[in-house]
Amino acid sequence: MRMRIKPLLLIALALSASAEDIVMEDQSQIVTGAVVGAGVHDFRPPLESALSDNAYGKLVQEGRAVFVDTRNRAPEFVGNGLACANCHLEQGRKANSAPLWAAYTMYPAYRSKNDRVNSYVERIQGCFQFSMNGTAPPADGPVIAALSAYSYWLATGAPTGQELPGRGYPAVPEPSDGYDLVQGEQIYASQCAVCHGDNGQGQKSGDDYVFPPLWGADSFNWGAGMHRINTAAAFIKESMPLGKGGSLSDAQAWHVAAYMNSHERPQDPRLIDGSVEKTRDKYHANDGENLYGKTVNGQMLGKGM
Amino acid sequence: MNVLRWTSCLLLLAVSIPIHAADSVSVYTKGGANPAAMACITCHGAEGEGMGAAGFPRLGGLSAEYMKKQLTDFASGERANPIMQPIAAALSAEEAHAVSTMLADKPWPAVERVGRAAAALGVGEILALRGAWERNIPECVACHGPGGVGVGEAFPPLAGQSTQYIAAQLNAWRQGARNNDPNDLMGHIARKLTDAEVGAVAQYFAGLAEKGAGQ
Repeated sequence: MRMRIKPLLLIALALSASAEDIVMEDQSQIVTGAVVGAGVHDFRPPLESALSDNAYGKLVQEGRAVFVDTRNRAPEFVGNGLACANCHLEQGRKANSAPLWAAYTMYPAYRSKNDRVNSYVERIQGCFQFSMNGTAPPADGPVIAALSAYSYWLATGAPTGQELPGRGYPAVPEPSDGYDLVQGEQIYASQCAVCHGDNGQGQKSGDDYVFPPLWGADSFNWGAGMHRINTAAAFIKESMPLGKGGSLSDAQAWHVAAYMNSHERPQDPRLIDGSVEKTRDKYHANDGENLYGKTVNGQMLGKGM
Repeated sequence: MNVLRWTSCLLLLAVSIPIHAADSVSVYTKGGANPAAMACITCHGAEGEGMGAAGFPRLGGLSAEYMKKQLTDFASGERANPIMQPIAAALSAEEAHAVSTMLADKPWPAVERVGRAAAALGVGEILALRGAWERNIPECVACHGPGGVGVGEAFPPLAGQSTQYIAAQLNAWRQGARNNDPNDLMGHIARKLTDAEVGAVAQYFAGLAEKGAGQ
């Protein structure tokens, strides 16, 4: 009896191993309800100067270093030119820029789509697999230990299980007549290209990316939350150009977000049977506004690179 | 055969004409064809190293495109400067191109590439590596690169310039004398800084090159 079960178990293990390569399968948008009135009662994370000079303080500082210099501090898990701090501004502290203090206290979180509970560690691992187009750092390894400690410290004094004002990126309404890629291209050229390059390639100093690549092989993949036009528009409206957040209109943010996300980028690692159509149906069809598997200027997007 | 020889002679002439039209070393050391385009060397030093204490910036190793833009902006007044305005206005486009290209090939001093992961103590270092986001001031290194080494054509190096020059530029933006940055990216930050912050951050970046030179 035992001998007959074993091969079956092995097959089951082998099958589940490939599914478990993707730690956090459900990357769909989290609907937040607490952003109204954001800015008034924002939670304040502790000051760096208040951090103790002991083993805990050192681990928190290690986490901060990984967060702002991810390619150099965790190179084996990063597959592109990005760092955590590219999307989470002010080292993960800034309200309305997906701050860590508002995320940490919301896990473990139940996701109805796949009827699973995801831990905060899995959430970070998901960032590495999608936004960083890399691989998940081991849950019991030093990168996760440091990033978890940094997040925990930033959330010092925050209530658990409550959505805090300033969580995520505040949603920006889509223009009533839709977004426009031609206008997006013009906005990109006048507002974004000086830093991110004429072709979204970013800019380096030596080996270090100073300005992150926005599309192409060194950018986030088709599974990352930022591939949604609505998410990118929210981020851009709040924080771009860097230091001049709020200077674009809602419509401009949508146009330029759509332009950015109408370019090819690395494949969604959840690709099903090599089929963009199947992957779109399962993961993209009902996940905000996005162009994965859609045809733009005669080219189907989502082929990856 | 003859046709070929003539053609190559003409080609050689065509290639060598721009070089003779504006001799970069002559422009730098003796000035341009127009006498108002005075010699750069007087204030910017034999190797384009500048005269830090007097506030004359280092030019050797800056991006050629950045320098050409500054010369254009001095001439137009977008970057208001009583010394450089008449000089830039008197330089021909060929002379400006030649001297900028020649200077760009020179080495920039060694700079310690301090990034955001480093500890930050003191007003200047905190501005440089952490920013002041409650006023929407990004980390200086977020655009100027680790150690303020400069990025591309639009974001010049900071370390390698003197405290006097960096502070004077921030003050020029604060007072509206300098308006030639893309989309007011530097201007809006400079206008939010206090006198003490300008002094501290200028000293911080000037100090990085001194540390780099000591290594």
